[in-house]
Amino acid sequence: MLRTSPAFNRGFGRAWLVLGYAFLYLPILALVLFSFNDSPVANVWRGFTLKWYSALARDGEMISGLWLSAKIAFFTACGSVILGTFAAFALVKYKRFFGRTLFSGMVNAPLVMPEVVVGLSLLLMLVSVQRITGFPERGASTIWLGHLLLGMAYATVVVQARLQELNPSLEEAAMDLGARPRQVFFLVTLPMISQALMSAWLLTFTLSLDDVVLSAFLSGPGSTTMPLVIFSRARLGLNPSVNAVATLIVLVVSIGVIAASYLIARGERRRQQEMAAAARN
Amino acid sequence: MSTPAAAATAPARKRPKWLTGRFGVIALPYGWLLVFFLLPFLILVNFSVSEMGAVVAKDLVSYKDGLLTLTLKFGNYVFITEDELYWMTYVASLKYAAITAVLCLLIGYPFAYFMARAKSTLQPTLLMLVMLPFWTSFLLRVYAWKGLLSEHGWVSDFLIGTGLDQVLAWAHLIPAPGKLMNTPFSLVLGMVYTYVPFMILPLYSNLSKMDVRLLEAAADLGATAWVAFWKITVPLSKAGIIAGTMLVFIPCVGEFVIPELLGGPETLMIGRVVWDEFFSNNDWPMASSVAVVMILLIIVPLAFFSKYQAEAQEAR
Repeated sequence: MLRTSPAFNRGFGRAWLVLGYAFLYLPILALVLFSFNDSPVANVWRGFTLKWYSALARDGEMISGLWLSAKIAFFTACGSVILGTFAAFALVKYKRFFGRTLFSGMVNAPLVMPEVVVGLSLLLMLVSVQRITGFPERGASTIWLGHLLLGMAYATVVVQARLQELNPSLEEAAMDLGARPRQVFFLVTLPMISQALMSAWLLTFTLSLDDVVLSAFLSGPGSTTMPLVIFSRARLGLNPSVNAVATLIVLVVSIGVIAASYLIARGERRRQQEMAAAARN
Repeated sequence: MSTPAAAATAPARKRPKWLTGRFGVIALPYGWLLVFFLLPFLILVNFSVSEMGAVVAKDLVSYKDGLLTLTLKFGNYVFITEDELYWMTYVASLKYAAITAVLCLLIGYPFAYFMARAKSTLQPTLLMLVMLPFWTSFLLRVYAWKGLLSEHGWVSDFLIGTGLDQVLAWAHLIPAPGKLMNTPFSLVLGMVYTYVPFMILPLYSNLSKMDVRLLEAAADLGATAWVAFWKITVPLSKAGIIAGTMLVFIPCVGEFVIPELLGGPETLMIGRVVWDEFFSNNDWPMASSVAVVMILLIIVPLAFFSKYQAEAQEAR
């Protein structure tokens, strides 16, 4: 039998967490550090420089890829949140309807389905449709379609979790007071799930901004997204321009996520205070 | 505003079924998924039983001489079963995915456990620190390992300096001491690194909800911490273990980016085969067949995951 003292357990636990976080953050640290590396060998430190950043500013391929990715990510996030909210609503509010099992299966499957399969099958369908109707041409819109499929699944999970913990009596009260279903949704439900919608939007935005496989299958000539540019360079070997892009992305995303979670936490606190105040009255 | 009397008499249910909110809320995402998820899938299956060159969506069912005939060409599947290379690739994919899932569980379970037992004021920060790398580009983090494991990289220097590369070479994870990139070791390391948050998050959400009084009761009844852990904590976190393992295992089987960037010639994985058949050989039916067989291999865990996921969401 194994006997361990509480102090040992605490120390072991702390060490495990520290090592785990080190494992998670080591590559990010290395990416950022080596973007400032003035050396012909990309992973040996020689000295500080900003030359990769000035090279990046002149890198037309990367910049146009970034712009295209940002546009696709924006529309993916908006579409995913709308479709995901609908799907989450259908699953939470309606416990019985025709083909519900198939529906919930289809909602969850893209979360784990290998992306090569999703990308290939979507492409084959688009090609078949294109053969018959001459539409759609492969490009930004077809990439958007693929990302939307993936993003919707993630958005559904996030919104569904929030909807489930909502107190149904609030909606019922609004209904008792004469609000119509649409009014209940826009005036009661939507404000209460707005934080979940915001995190779903951010999550699907970053998913889309990062995707290689679906984009590769669904892109056409002239629609090279940033991850495709990065991927094709990374395949050939180490490339400091990739480190420079990475550093900028890490910076923007960290600021965005920290700001968003601060706003979400603040909104949550305020909402709870209001609810506590309402309960006291 | 309607008065209560008017509301009571208003024929609210007289509208046709397709106009009600309920129908629209269900039909929009449902129809979307049928058209853009299920239909492409059926087309994929159709392509997989057609032959090279005849890539039209018509050859599965043909109407000839007043007879509806179903023509299936299983040539691709026969080829897959006969060619040893495909089989070895499938087995290797399953093997690496399984190793990754086990390692993620071994690293992720204690991690999630200690997270859930940390001070409650600290937990939101700990949780955000797990999610933060997940928000930054997955592609770039995989690329970063390329630098760390290449010659003179930090991790490479560390492993060689401590002699651990000898151990890895002995275990046949790397072909020779000192060569770490493009080996089974770098592949598995990259996959564990990428997928370990998918293991930690469901386990954490499960473990943090556990009733600690059960452990106190066990201690009162004379169980040691170790016994209580195996008899109470582990069985109660079964749902989290299953969710995490599936979330790691299934995508790993078909993973493409990590094997392409960190794997080597001996670590051929099935996602890469689909990709190469499609982009290099331009053999769309063959790519479809390989993909369909991949789905067949993961269909059991996939169904398991879907069922579990649906149940977990209902049970909340």
